[in-house]
Amino acid sequence: MTAPLLSVRNLVVEYPVGGKTLSAVADVSLEVGKGETLGLVGESGCGKSTLGRAVLQLRRPTAGKVVFDGTELTGLAAEKMRLMRRRLQLIFQDPIASLNPRRTIGDIVAEPLIIGGVSDKAERDRRVREVLTAVGLDADLVSGRLPHEFSGGQCQRICIARALILEPELVICDEPVSALDVSIRAQILNLLEDMKRRYGLTLLFIAHDLAVVKAVSDRIAVMYLGKLCEVGPTEKLFAQPAHPYTALLLDAIPVPDPSVKPTANIPVGEPPSPLAPPSGCRFRTRCPRADAVCAEVVPPLREIADGQFAACHHPLV
Amino acid sequence: MSAPLLSVEGITVDLPTPRGPLRAVDGVDLTLAPGSTLGIVGESGCGKTMLSRAILQLLPKRAKLGGRIMFAGRDLVTLQPEELRRLRGPELAVVFQDPMTSLNPVLTIGTQIVETLQAHLGMDTVTAMRRGVELLAAVGIPAPEQRLRQYPHQLSGGMRQRVAIAIALSCEPKLLIADEPTTALDVTVQAQILDLLAREQQRRHMAMILITHDLGVVAGRTDEVAVMYAGRVVERAPTPKLFTRMRMPYTEALLAAIPKLDSPPHTPLPAIAGRPPDQTRPLKGCSFEPRCRYADDHCRSAKPPLADPERAGGLFACWHPL
Amino acid sequence: MAVLELERDVATEAPVRRPRRVGMLFIGSVAWIVLIGLSAIFADWLPIQSPTDMDLLAKRAPLFSPGHILGTDHLGRDELSRLIYGGRVSLLVGLLAPVIGVIIGGCLGMVAGYFRGRLETFAVGGVDVLLAFPPLVFVLAVTAFMGQSVANITIVIGVLGIPAFTRVARAVTLTLSEREFVTAARALGATHSRILMRELLPNVALPLLAFFLLAVAVTIVVEGALSFLGLGVPPPTASWGSMIGEGRENLDIAPWLAFLPAGFMFLTVLAFNVIGDTLRALTDPRPGAL
Repeated sequence: MTAPLLSVRNLVVEYPVGGKTLSAVADVSLEVGKGETLGLVGESGCGKSTLGRAVLQLRRPTAGKVVFDGTELTGLAAEKMRLMRRRLQLIFQDPIASLNPRRTIGDIVAEPLIIGGVSDKAERDRRVREVLTAVGLDADLVSGRLPHEFSGGQCQRICIARALILEPELVICDEPVSALDVSIRAQILNLLEDMKRRYGLTLLFIAHDLAVVKAVSDRIAVMYLGKLCEVGPTEKLFAQPAHPYTALLLDAIPVPDPSVKPTANIPVGEPPSPLAPPSGCRFRTRCPRADAVCAEVVPPLREIADGQFAACHHPLV
Repeated sequence: MSAPLLSVEGITVDLPTPRGPLRAVDGVDLTLAPGSTLGIVGESGCGKTMLSRAILQLLPKRAKLGGRIMFAGRDLVTLQPEELRRLRGPELAVVFQDPMTSLNPVLTIGTQIVETLQAHLGMDTVTAMRRGVELLAAVGIPAPEQRLRQYPHQLSGGMRQRVAIAIALSCEPKLLIADEPTTALDVTVQAQILDLLAREQQRRHMAMILITHDLGVVAGRTDEVAVMYAGRVVERAPTPKLFTRMRMPYTEALLAAIPKLDSPPHTPLPAIAGRPPDQTRPLKGCSFEPRCRYADDHCRSAKPPLADPERAGGLFACWHPL
Repeated sequence: MAVLELERDVATEAPVRRPRRVGMLFIGSVAWIVLIGLSAIFADWLPIQSPTDMDLLAKRAPLFSPGHILGTDHLGRDELSRLIYGGRVSLLVGLLAPVIGVIIGGCLGMVAGYFRGRLETFAVGGVDVLLAFPPLVFVLAVTAFMGQSVANITIVIGVLGIPAFTRVARAVTLTLSEREFVTAARALGATHSRILMRELLPNVALPLLAFFLLAVAVTIVVEGALSFLGLGVPPPTASWGSMIGEGRENLDIAPWLAFLPAGFMFLTVLAFNVIGDTLRALTDPRPGAL
């Protein structure tokens, strides 16, 4: 791997909730290489979206560093950060909510150019047309309309067009297909792969569904209650998950084959509240392998196999 | 096969839109035996939700309904509102996609369960409370006594869906309609909720209709699957048969669009190009024809009927079955 | 890729344009406002008598009297002319006072709702202080200090309207700021002023406009009430409120003197409310909202 484009070091994001402190991201370090897709997986409330937003400095981290292409983003002055933003983009889960209902599609997609200082109207129109065509929409038919006239899948295409028009280097996709139907989901995933090749993007792909993440990622990071459980190359992680939580997530994926009986070993229960995370290993309350050590010592993220890291006292491999 | 519990005959639902009437459900026939599970699969807008609303007689006021819905010997379409009300709960129950909106946010979980039990089964408060605790325990909610005193917003999405299921099960319905019960939930919670529904369905010998857009969800958990497209059922077969021998290209495409766990990363997914047709302007031929790779002129000119020409036990609506 | 090629025709259908039907009530309302507005603007050129000329020989002339089609009041002043000139005052105050409220309150509310923090505390606190101040005492104090005039009345009612506009703007902005399209704009590196002007304003403007029309209606009533109490425009200038007040003394012998201005005020207020409601429904970008 070449020098990482994005490197997150010991990132902590906390916010106050009714007098208590919620640590949404607790000491997370990860790297994304140039041209790589890193999948970030976890259940809702595990802090994966917060991590994405903290990388973009949309939510200022409490501690830790975010380094993008050699520049430290944490603590960057507001104006410098604003200029940096054209190199980092974000795609949201709810494509309809992330488009202003009262602005036309042409306007919305051109907005990054206006902010980025492209003052020539003809130039802007040309680039809007180009990017809309790239995401599979007809610019002539689409530009003058309002977001509510489009389906969720089409709105997500528009969001992707808006994110790509400035030709960013890193795109953070925050559950971009969770709100979409299976058939539309496949279209959008293919589109993202296509765009990644065409624009030479680096992706941080956040989702709760391992199957979706697998389709697009080179490496996968699994997150649970604000901490990383496991990081590894996609194939390896699927072939032999090291962390019991990764194994649980894999078991939970519904298989479209009636001969495969749904596994019954999904532990009842849900993640504990991030306001009061368990001591030691945060997964121990749902873990079949938990013992006394797990309650005492926070397991560090250590290398289990080549390139595969897990934070577990009793890894599966 | 025993006498069907539910038999839906030629249901049509028309919704008025600015562009003219939209045929959301277009002549659907279904039968469901007591204690069996039917999965209805399709993309959003295919009419699966409108069909379930029609069975429940909960269609929007503007919608026009045609056809017959025979449930336990009565035609639901002609039933008086008061008779319908008495039917919902003890016989017909429903679990919606979003438990946050189907639960009343200003009443405790306990009040909502107890009121349901009192209204339909005439229980006194103490018995109803005890029954409520049993129900919550049955749907896998830890510390049910405490939960009864909590409000919906104090629970996680998965817990709320469990409560919604407990309320739906409270009067021992003969038919439970689960409309995308897990779409809003995480994968791990989805598995738990589906297991819970399957377990309760078997234990209570209750019939269930499971509506979803994900073929993976219905695969291991239903007896029969109906695939819907553009308001019609395009394929219907016993679940094992459907998955081993798909006949309708749409079903095949829908299955192929699910990311496979055993294919390497960056494998392009065989997505279904385009999107469903505009149902205010019905096509003359097969409604899947514009997106189908096997389509020919015959498909454009004539609508294939839902039939079983080979007497193989599975129905499909296609001129060129796989 | 094949998929993308095929996808290009996805949006080929004609956009859904909702037939924007409006009822007779709305047309009637607009017609009434236009009629009242035009006659108020061109009052000086209309072939009517002066509203202050007294014809003491024809005091309390009944309706349809020769020369006084709507009769005269207790001082023999032409009722039609007074209604038109009175409408001028009512409409002027009714339209200008909410403008003060919508500009100051709208800005304050949007800024408070968007930036939150100390600024919001300050703005909301200031608005609460203004709300807690008894309006009648405020009006009395201002008119006593600065004198009774149309300008002063407009400013007083305008200032009193600021809190309501602030609250509406802040509430709408608060919910909008949570929406993802605002986060999206921030992620694009848009400046705060750009987000406020381009993303938030178009969405806040319509609820504010609907509220503005409601405020016009309320202001006309408030101005009428103040004039009725003698705190409004000084006599002999006519205003609907002061006309009702003067007509009250002659209710038994000439009831139309109170009922005519009251009817005019009623119709005008109703018309503004109808227009406000219809506009809000019509400008909702979602289909089927009407």
